[in-house]
Amino acid sequence: MRRNRQKARGWWLLLVFALSLIGCGRRETRVEAGDREQILYKGNGGEPQELDPYVVTGVSEYHILMSLFEGLVSEDPHDLHPVPGVAERWDVSPDGKVYTFHLRNNAKWSNGDSVTARDFLESYKRMLAPTLASEYSYMHFVVKNAQAYNEGKITDFDQVGYKALDDSTLQVTLENSTPYFLSLLLHHSWFPVHLPTIRKYGDPYQRGSKWTRAGRFVGNGPFVLAKWRVNDVIVVKKSPTYWDRDRVRLNEIHFLPIESGETEERAFRAGQLHVTESLPLTKVDFYRKYYPQLLRIEPYLGTYFYRINVTKPPLNDKRIRRALALTIDRESLCADVLRGGQLPAFCLTPPGTMGYTSHTQLHEDIAEAKRLLAEAGYPDGKGLPSIELLYNTLEAHRIIAESIQQMWKKNLGIDVHLVNEEWKVYLDSQRTLNFQICRASWIGDYNDPNTFLDMFVTGGGNNETGWSNPEYDRLIAEAARTIDPPKRLEVFQKAEAILLDELPILPIYFYTHVAAQRPEVKGWYPTILDNHPYKYLYLEPSAN
Amino acid sequence: MFRFIARRFLETIPVLFVIATVTFFMVRLAPGGPFTTEKSIPPEIQKKLEAFYGLNKPLFQQYLDYMGNLLKGDLGPSFKYATWTVNELIWSAFPVSLELGCYGLAIALVLGLGAGILASLRQNSAVDHVSMSLAMLGICVPTFVMGPLLILVFGLTLGWVNASGWESARDRILPSLTLGFFYAAYIARLTRGGMLEVLNQDFIRTARAKGASGKRIIFRHALKGGLLPVVAFLGPAIAGIITGSFVVETIFQVPGLGRFFVTAAFNRDYTMVLGTVLFYAVLIISLNLVVDIVQVWLNPKLRFE
Repeated sequence: MRRNRQKARGWWLLLVFALSLIGCGRRETRVEAGDREQILYKGNGGEPQELDPYVVTGVSEYHILMSLFEGLVSEDPHDLHPVPGVAERWDVSPDGKVYTFHLRNNAKWSNGDSVTARDFLESYKRMLAPTLASEYSYMHFVVKNAQAYNEGKITDFDQVGYKALDDSTLQVTLENSTPYFLSLLLHHSWFPVHLPTIRKYGDPYQRGSKWTRAGRFVGNGPFVLAKWRVNDVIVVKKSPTYWDRDRVRLNEIHFLPIESGETEERAFRAGQLHVTESLPLTKVDFYRKYYPQLLRIEPYLGTYFYRINVTKPPLNDKRIRRALALTIDRESLCADVLRGGQLPAFCLTPPGTMGYTSHTQLHEDIAEAKRLLAEAGYPDGKGLPSIELLYNTLEAHRIIAESIQQMWKKNLGIDVHLVNEEWKVYLDSQRTLNFQICRASWIGDYNDPNTFLDMFVTGGGNNETGWSNPEYDRLIAEAARTIDPPKRLEVFQKAEAILLDELPILPIYFYTHVAAQRPEVKGWYPTILDNHPYKYLYLEPSAN
Repeated sequence: MFRFIARRFLETIPVLFVIATVTFFMVRLAPGGPFTTEKSIPPEIQKKLEAFYGLNKPLFQQYLDYMGNLLKGDLGPSFKYATWTVNELIWSAFPVSLELGCYGLAIALVLGLGAGILASLRQNSAVDHVSMSLAMLGICVPTFVMGPLLILVFGLTLGWVNASGWESARDRILPSLTLGFFYAAYIARLTRGGMLEVLNQDFIRTARAKGASGKRIIFRHALKGGLLPVVAFLGPAIAGIITGSFVVETIFQVPGLGRFFVTAAFNRDYTMVLGTVLFYAVLIISLNLVVDIVQVWLNPKLRFE
């Protein structure tokens, strides 16, 4: 009897314990608390290499920097076209070579100092300093003498095309008229930095000044750096000194450097993130079916393609390259394999890049491909040695490579041998042309066809195919000189036609940006570079 | 004893020297470098970057420079995380891994020793079979399956804990369990084996014959000998557990040292690779020394060797 009572008490205790645990389950998630307090939790890929805008190179770094800095112009939230930033207006000389920026007088650094034309001048002097070795210094090379200064050919910065006419007027003189100059200004290499702060923590013209730590950092953007814990979180808070602070509605943004897509997706499902950086391929169908309102698929300014090493037989023969290009079933690759809304790529430049869509388009034509292959001396692939296809070790690349291997085998009878290499080994093989065909991708630096097409000029740092065509080089140079926008795009049309005729590359698909996002995030529009200016964002809990 | 420790300490110096040397040249042999990126860097910029980090000097000179700085305790700047030094990164990440490792170790010891002792006392009973099957399962189910499973149940379905992160005390639970289960399984099997061996020996029978209680026999007589294999295993295991697990840290987004250990190699972050390898080596060597001392204390036979 007594024993039974003890047993019963034991069961009661267990029940109470279980209920208390379930009680825990009703707690508020992090995003719900964030909705109340206007705190955005954003997955941001890997840990940023640095927060110095002249040292970093990656997209995830840019996504943090655009909250901390503001350039002369800033991005429109709908389509990223340049709108007034620190400069409230600007004039352009009739020949398109001289830009005069009038800075707003209420632009402030986060320590309260005014942002002046001199600040920009000193910043750009640091940006171009040969000793800093900024990897993006070439973004400034459109400016008069910037390249010469950066390469140490001239040492007098006064000869570079920057001039502070007074505290609030900055004049920029270009080498040539550059129609996309204002778009370039959106890049982080054009953000101003606060020299006195950098000087306090090291030599501003060398790397390694430790000024970007929380507590030291001074910026001029809508937010200021509040916390930086490596591999954990970067917190930025609304800046009280930002000129347009009344428009800023978020109080904080937490950038979470979650490298693993699976981990990030789980954090999203557990209510820890408002928006993810990416979504694993395997999860896309699941979201499409059960949570379409949380799935975000947006066009992205990037192309996935294969490079061909044109210096080695048999692929130095244009006809074989063409046969390969004509027998990739891109539609089915996108629809059945990738399934993330990617678009089949029949040219290099993503359609609609600053109003440009290539007139020349590849097409799929198996009969023609067979004919070309036979003409090259390999009817039905007979006699053609096995071709090696290189990709960096990643599941998604393997699946694509296997599909294409199948297509070439089936349509042309060509044997393709797949090789995968670890990332840096693969980059090294690519650079040294130690491959036959190699997986590649390119994400535009700015919204203009030039960022794709100037890649393949003779000896270009990112050409990496061994391909060279004097007429192509001439056209790219001509485009850089052409002021009239429609005429300039015509020149690009001719260049891309040459590229698609010679085919040192095989375009495969145009990227989309696939991510998960909660419905309460407002002011977020699909943009081609996946930038979303934070000062227009806000959280609307009722939309949840 | 003092001479033993002093000798062992002196022995570590050439070991560390060899590890540093081999690692230094091994990372340099790998194709690609810290500044090999998808968008190629103009050659002049690349040269200046290499000059800034001293990579333009002859390799042997670089090696001498590195060893010189190492003697001063300076592991150099990280190539990838430009604003941090390797020392800073290790000292920010190690406490996290250490904390997680301690929880994991505590779970592993409580579960592992408990299950192992119970199983050895009731050999071939249901308790033995169940606990050893669980231990087998624990060894076979890798952490990258166990972690997401725990998250699915306790994070996503029940909503009791976060799916990842390292903020509140609650965030510590699942990673500690994942790490702990894995080691608990090994410890349970080793404890059972060690205990069974000791329990069958003559001195235990003598103790029983003299009328010693069951508790006294286990804790006073058997455990000391039975734990020897566990102690030998714990040395390297503790070093592994407190320097962090890449898998557990990635699944739970824990800002520990384990992730640096692996990503540094991917990034060709030369100084970071060397720093983490040396740090790990020092830990393993010290913990092995501790293990040796404990073993001598547990096993009197060793004192005369």
